Amino acid sequence: MTPAVAAEAAPGRRIGGVLMEMRNITLRFGGVVAIKDISFDIREGEIRAIIGPNGAGKSSMLNVINGFYHPQEGEIWFRGEKRGSLRPHAIAHQGIARTFQNIALFKGMSTLDNIMTGRFTKMKSNMFWQALWKGPAEKEEYQNREVVEKIIDFLQIQAIRKTPVGRLPYGLQKRVELGRALAAEPKLLLLDEPMAGMNVEEKEDMSRFILDVNEEFGTTIALIEHDMGVVMDISDRVVVLDYGRKIGDGTPDEVRSNPEVIEAYLGVGH
Amino acid sequence: MPADGIPADLDAFPKLLARNARTFGDRPAYREKEFGIWQSWTWAQAKEQIEALAAGFAEIGLAEGDYLAIIGRNRPYLYWAMVAAQHCGAVPVPLYQDAVAEEMEYVLEHCGARFVVAGDQEQVDKVLEIQSRLHHLETVVYLDPRGMRNYDHTRLKAYSDVQAAGRSSAPAVREAIAARVARQGPDDTCVMLYTSGTTGKPKGVVLSNRNIVATAKASADFDKLSAEDSVLAYLPMAWVGDFIFSMGQAYWAGFCVNCPESPATMQADLREIGPTYFFAPPRFFEGLLTSVTIRMEDAGRAKRRMFRSFMDLARRVGPAILDGKPVSAGDRARYALGEALVYGPLKNTLGLSRVRVGYTAGEAIGPEIFEFYRAIGINLKQLYGQTEASVFITQQPDGAVRADTVGVPSPGVEIRIDENGEVFYRSPGTFVEYFRNPESTASTKDAEGWVATGDAGFIEEGSGHLRIIDRAKDVGKLASGALFAPKFVENKLKFYPNVLEAVVFGNGRDYCTAFINIDLTAVGNWAERNNIAYASYQELAQHPKVYETIAGHVAEVNRSLAEDPMLAGCQIARFLILHKELDADDGELTRTRKVRRRIIEEKFADLIAALYGGRDSVYTETEVTYEDGRKGRIKATLAIRDVAAAPLRKAAA
Repeated sequence: MTPAVAAEAAPGRRIGGVLMEMRNITLRFGGVVAIKDISFDIREGEIRAIIGPNGAGKSSMLNVINGFYHPQEGEIWFRGEKRGSLRPHAIAHQGIARTFQNIALFKGMSTLDNIMTGRFTKMKSNMFWQALWKGPAEKEEYQNREVVEKIIDFLQIQAIRKTPVGRLPYGLQKRVELGRALAAEPKLLLLDEPMAGMNVEEKEDMSRFILDVNEEFGTTIALIEHDMGVVMDISDRVVVLDYGRKIGDGTPDEVRSNPEVIEAYLGVGH
Repeated sequence: MPADGIPADLDAFPKLLARNARTFGDRPAYREKEFGIWQSWTWAQAKEQIEALAAGFAEIGLAEGDYLAIIGRNRPYLYWAMVAAQHCGAVPVPLYQDAVAEEMEYVLEHCGARFVVAGDQEQVDKVLEIQSRLHHLETVVYLDPRGMRNYDHTRLKAYSDVQAAGRSSAPAVREAIAARVARQGPDDTCVMLYTSGTTGKPKGVVLSNRNIVATAKASADFDKLSAEDSVLAYLPMAWVGDFIFSMGQAYWAGFCVNCPESPATMQADLREIGPTYFFAPPRFFEGLLTSVTIRMEDAGRAKRRMFRSFMDLARRVGPAILDGKPVSAGDRARYALGEALVYGPLKNTLGLSRVRVGYTAGEAIGPEIFEFYRAIGINLKQLYGQTEASVFITQQPDGAVRADTVGVPSPGVEIRIDENGEVFYRSPGTFVEYFRNPESTASTKDAEGWVATGDAGFIEEGSGHLRIIDRAKDVGKLASGALFAPKFVENKLKFYPNVLEAVVFGNGRDYCTAFINIDLTAVGNWAERNNIAYASYQELAQHPKVYETIAGHVAEVNRSLAEDPMLAGCQIARFLILHKELDADDGELTRTRKVRRRIIEEKFADLIAALYGGRDSVYTETEVTYEDGRKGRIKATLAIRDVAAAPLRKAAA
C-alpha cells in the first residue's frame, strides 16, 4: 500500500531548494571518530532518510543536526546561513524539532499536556502572566490549544487526550511524541527510529502519518530508521552510513542497487 | 395521509425538517465533538446546511430517482447528505463503513449509484480502487479533505465546495428543489438499506416514507419521545436502527442527534452528552459490565464491600422500584442511600445517568447482565426487529420488562406463528420490496403482506410476550432425533464474561461440540491477576488453566440444559478454544457481528472433523485478512477437551 501512495502523491509535492547542508562534518569523541568527513544536503519538502548498520553514526549525525553535538570539523548551513555552535533550545527556536529513539515524554502528564509542551517555543507571555492565567496568557493558551487540538485530530488520538502517557501502549506513545514535535510547527522534523519496536500495523500507521505530515504541512523530514522496507517506501532520498563514512546517497532505487550498500547494510549473503 | 394518522405536510423528511425549523428553530438538532469541543447546529441551521447541500447536489447533476451512496462514520454532515438527497428526490443508500472494497462494489453496482458521499480518504480510496468496475459512478464527494490534496480531482469534489456551490446557486435551482419536495408522497422511497447478508449477497431493502414516518411516529408515541430527548449516534449509519433512531424518530420528535468525536472516544462522549434515549447491542452492555467488574476487582477492600452489599440490595429491589411495584419503606430508604453512594456515581461513570428509555436487541442478552442495569435504575428494555420491518416488531412496554422475552407486538404490528414455529409479522413499517430482486421479495413477503422473520419462537401464554428460540433454519435435529438449537446454547455460553463468541455444531451428529472464542479483556485481566504470562492471544487461548475455566463454564451450561428435557440433547460433549478471534474481515461474522455458520463450517472443517474424530489435539493453519486487505496465515495446535454430560433433571429440582 505505502509505495503506491508515495508514488501517487509525488506529482503534487513540491521539493524545493536546499534547506540544510552538511559540509565535511567530522565528529570525534576523544580518539573515536564517530563521523568522518560526511557531506550531504536536505532539500525543502523532502523525506530524507539516514540509514546504516548499528554503530554507523546515524544517531550521532542526528544529534549534530539538532545541535546536541558540535562537530570538530565541517560546517552546517541551515536556510542559507552558516550555523554557529548554538545550544539545542536555540536550534529548536530556529524550527528544528525531533523525536527520540527511546521515548522521552512526561509519563505522568496527559497526552494533551505533553503535546502542549511542544508549543513552548511559540509562547511569548512570561511566567508571571502564565501563572495568573489572565490577559495575554489566557488568549495565548486558547490559540495554542487550538493548534494542539488540530494535531490531536490529525494523529487520531482524540480518545487518549486526557490519558497519562505512561499508561499508553508503545505505538501510541510514539505517536504522541510525534505530536509534540509537530506542535512546534517545525521547518525540519527529525525522527530517530520512529518505527523501532513496532508491529506491522503500527509501522504502517506511522508511515501513513509521516507521509501525511510531509504532504499536508509541507514539513521537511529527516529520519533514521532500521527497517529498510519502510525507509525505501517513504523516503525521497537516502544517505547510507557505515563506520562513520558515507557509502551511498541517492534515491531508494539507486541505494538499493549500490553494491557497497548491499554489502555493508544487507550483508554479503543477500 | 389520515389513513396512518400522518398529515400530508409531514410525510417525508424534507417536510419534517421544515416543520422542525419552524417549531424548534432554536433547539439543537445536531452536535458533534470536534477539536475537543462540542459543535452544535440548531434545526434552523441544519435546514440551511441541508438546503445548501441539496442545491449543490442538484448543481452536480443529482436527479430524481437517482441513488446516492453514503459511506462513513456517524457525522452530522453525512446525515445531512441523506436528507439533501431526499430534497432532490434521490434515494440515500448508506453503506457500512468497514466494508471492504469488494463488498462495496456489489452494493454500488446493484443500486446503480451515480454519486457517492465518502467520509474520508480511506473510503474514497476504496471507491477509487473499484471505480473501473462501477459503470454508473460519476462523482465522489468527500467530506474530510485530509490527504486528498494530490488526488486527481476529475471525479472528486469536496463536500464544502458542493455546499458552497449550492449556496450561490440560482433561485431557479432552489425552486426546482422545492417542486421536487412538493411532489413527494408517502409511497416514494425514503431510503434503501442493504442487509448485512447472513447468507449470500446483500439485499437492498426498499423502505418508503410511509414505512419510516409511520414507524417513527408509533414508536415515538410508545416511549413518549419528545424534542427534549437526545441520542448518541454511534452505530453504523447503514443499519436500520440508526436510521430510525437518528433520522426517523429524531425528525418526528425533533430531538438532538449527537455524534462522537471518533469511534474510539464513544465512551467518553457518551458520558459528556448523557443521552436520554439510548440503544446498544447486548455486546455493548456486556463489555461495559465486564469493565465495571474488572475495575471493582482492582478497587480497595472497603469499596468492594460497599459495592457488593448495595448491589445485592439493588438486585433484590431495584427492578421492582423501576417497575413501580410495591417495595417496603425500609428497602426504599436503603436503595436511596445506595443511589447516592453507588448507583448514581456508577451510572454517571457509564454515561447512563439520564437514560429514560434504553433498548437492546439483535442478540439475546444475558439475564444477569440485563438485571444488573435494571437493578441500578436504568430503564433498559428489549425489542425485536428487522430491517424489513423498519426495526420494530415487538418491544417491551415500561413496567413489563423481562430478560427472557422480546416484548409485545409494537403498535400497528400483527404477529402470527406458523406450524414450524417460525414468526411472521405484518405492519405499517413492512418494507416495499427487495430492490431488483422480485424472487426474494416473493419468498419473504406474501400477497397479504405477511413477512417471514426466519426466526423460531412462540407467544407466551398469559403475558402475550414473544420469546425467540433461534434462527428457524438453524434449528435442527441430532442423529438421535433430539432438538438441536445451536444459538440457544451459544447464548448461554456467551453469558460468561470469559466467552466472547461460541459456535455450536451437532446438526445430524451424535453429540454437540463447540468452538469457543475467549474474551481477551476478561481473560487477560484474569491472567494478570493470577500471574499467568502469555505472549499472544493464541498462547493465552491455549493455556491449560484457561481451558480448565472454560470447561467449567461448559459443564455449567450442560447442567442448565439438562433442566429442560426439550434441549437436554444439546449438551456439549467436546470443545476447543479457537486460536483467532472470529472476524467480519475474514467473513466469519456479519458486519453486525452475527456468526456466519456455514462459512465457519467450511473454513474450519478440519477442526470440526477433529472434534468428532476423538483426537485430543489438532494442528491447523488459517488464513487471516488484515485491516488493509492483505492476507496472512496463522498456524496453531489446538487442544480439544471432553466435558461430561449432566444427567437429565426436572426443572423443579
